[in-house]
Amino acid sequence: MSAAAASAPGRASQSRAFRAVLARDVFVTWSELPVFLAQVILQPLFLLLVFGKVLASLGYTQHGYAHLLFPGLLALTAVITGMQTLAFPLVIEFGWTKEIEDRLLAPMATGLVAAEKILFASVRAMIAAAIMIPVGVLVLGSVPWRWSGVPLLVLALILGSLLGSALGLALGTLVTPARINIVFSLVFTPLLFTGCSQYPWPSLSRLPWFKVVTACNPMTYVSESMRAALVPNVPHIAPWVCVVVLIGSIGALMAIGLRGFYRRAID
Amino acid sequence: MPLGRWHAYGLTSSAVSAGSVTEAGAGASTMSAAAVVVDALVKRYPKSPVNAVDGISFTVAPGEVFGLLGPNGAGKTTTVGMLTTRVRPTSGRATVGGIDVAADPVHARGRLAVVPQRSNLDRSISIRRNLTFHAAYHGVPGAEAKARADELLEQFGLRERGDVKPDMFSGGQAQRVMIARALMHQPQVLFLDEPTTGLDPAARLFVWDRLRELRDRGVTLILTTHDMQEAATLADRVGIMDHGKLLSLGTPEALMRSLPGSSTLELTTDARDGDAGEPLLAELSALPDVERVELIHDPATGGQESTLRVRLYVAGEAPQLVAPAAALLARRGQALSGVELGEPTLEDVFIHLTGRTLR
Repeated sequence: MSAAAASAPGRASQSRAFRAVLARDVFVTWSELPVFLAQVILQPLFLLLVFGKVLASLGYTQHGYAHLLFPGLLALTAVITGMQTLAFPLVIEFGWTKEIEDRLLAPMATGLVAAEKILFASVRAMIAAAIMIPVGVLVLGSVPWRWSGVPLLVLALILGSLLGSALGLALGTLVTPARINIVFSLVFTPLLFTGCSQYPWPSLSRLPWFKVVTACNPMTYVSESMRAALVPNVPHIAPWVCVVVLIGSIGALMAIGLRGFYRRAID
Repeated sequence: MPLGRWHAYGLTSSAVSAGSVTEAGAGASTMSAAAVVVDALVKRYPKSPVNAVDGISFTVAPGEVFGLLGPNGAGKTTTVGMLTTRVRPTSGRATVGGIDVAADPVHARGRLAVVPQRSNLDRSISIRRNLTFHAAYHGVPGAEAKARADELLEQFGLRERGDVKPDMFSGGQAQRVMIARALMHQPQVLFLDEPTTGLDPAARLFVWDRLRELRDRGVTLILTTHDMQEAATLADRVGIMDHGKLLSLGTPEALMRSLPGSSTLELTTDARDGDAGEPLLAELSALPDVERVELIHDPATGGQESTLRVRLYVAGEAPQLVAPAAALLARRGQALSGVELGEPTLEDVFIHLTGRTLR
């Protein structure tokens, strides 16, 4: 709405404001780098360690399970990091510290403040997922890799990060600080375990009800396209289906999130 | 006469106010050059049966200090919210620095700055970076922002604390940082929401001094307050709000003068033996504009005063009665040993307008 009125010099100053707000987020992340790394690495690292290494060494998982798990963990890291990066600070900034007000009063359209958050959270999510590759090599000894699958891997990474950020924007604007704990446990744990990161979706035919549940979690389509990219011999959902579902989910969540953002930003 | 509390001014201090008088109508003739124009502004929140702001209009001239005075819930904060692009008006129009805040909020944000009631400082970064990042949002080049931040930190007594994060700060310090931050992009109009609510007296005086300096530098200030002393001390003009409406608007002096028979003149003179003061009272009540005269008894002396204190309730301007009263006493051979002018406070004006106290 407000962007429509912007003239050419207005656009220049809006882009300057946008970059300054982005610089603020990068600066804060940089000055808290160990916290950032611990936050993004620990959870997938332990999943990788226990399911990929410990259980395999003890003989509880089949040979090759680690290679099936790894693409799923890339998906998990991208989605969860995007969501956490955006949702937690947003709930606090809107509901408690009001820190966001200084940015909402910057000479830029309100939607651009939300767009900056999406961009920053997505980039952070992609970096977190990328860090998982050397971590995987370190823990597992080797990770599945196909150069011909890299374009699809990158696409899945971008869509997964955007999905997480969009989910974070929707949650962050809908949840009040008082209910942040309950809502996040209600959303986070099911999201973590129904997103097909630890098992391929087509193999769920023996548990039809769970197959339906997982099909409703958009993260499933990130995991499946990651597998299509890195371990195509494992049965997976066709990548084009994944991309279509993901674009649809991202669009819907963004619309909800932006609506919520405007509602919180302007009375 | 139930006039609430009275604020006494010395003879000299009544002259000070004369310099800052701007008549209410003066702003209207310079609409185009006005810093802020508010025209029939209305805000009704969804599901609310009444308007939070109910059709208010006023104009603020560049360099003016304008106070919105009223109790909590009067609509002051909503009004400021609309002027600062954070609340969308239901109807009416408002401009800040000549820019329509509803039609072009992005440009309007470049011309205004807001100091909120509660700290909204960025807790992840130091005080200095709070200032420099704010400047960057507003497109101030890096080197200039750094120089301005140093200057403002110095001016606000925060030079040594620039590298501290805001969560270590008291309310008064946070308030100072927020004012400094607001000035980083050199706004035309600075909005302050209850700038000293909750501050200790020293912090309050510090903030008042800084705001006076800003006024002297020509920054237009709009402040909301429910503190009549703050409004009377800082504002060139005061708008009194209640239930979303602007009840009255004018200089603090004009508003207080508008109360009928509310100025007073207190005279202290020597008592004659056996004189209870009746003849004197009779002569004083015959002076022009005097509505009522009463003798003030000092409870400490039990009625055996060697001096008499007399209070005159005046319809017009109390200072103009000083000379005739002094002459009258001289004629009677009584020495005048004390003169005190009493003016009604803005709180009295508020009570007169609404029948309620401010708090």
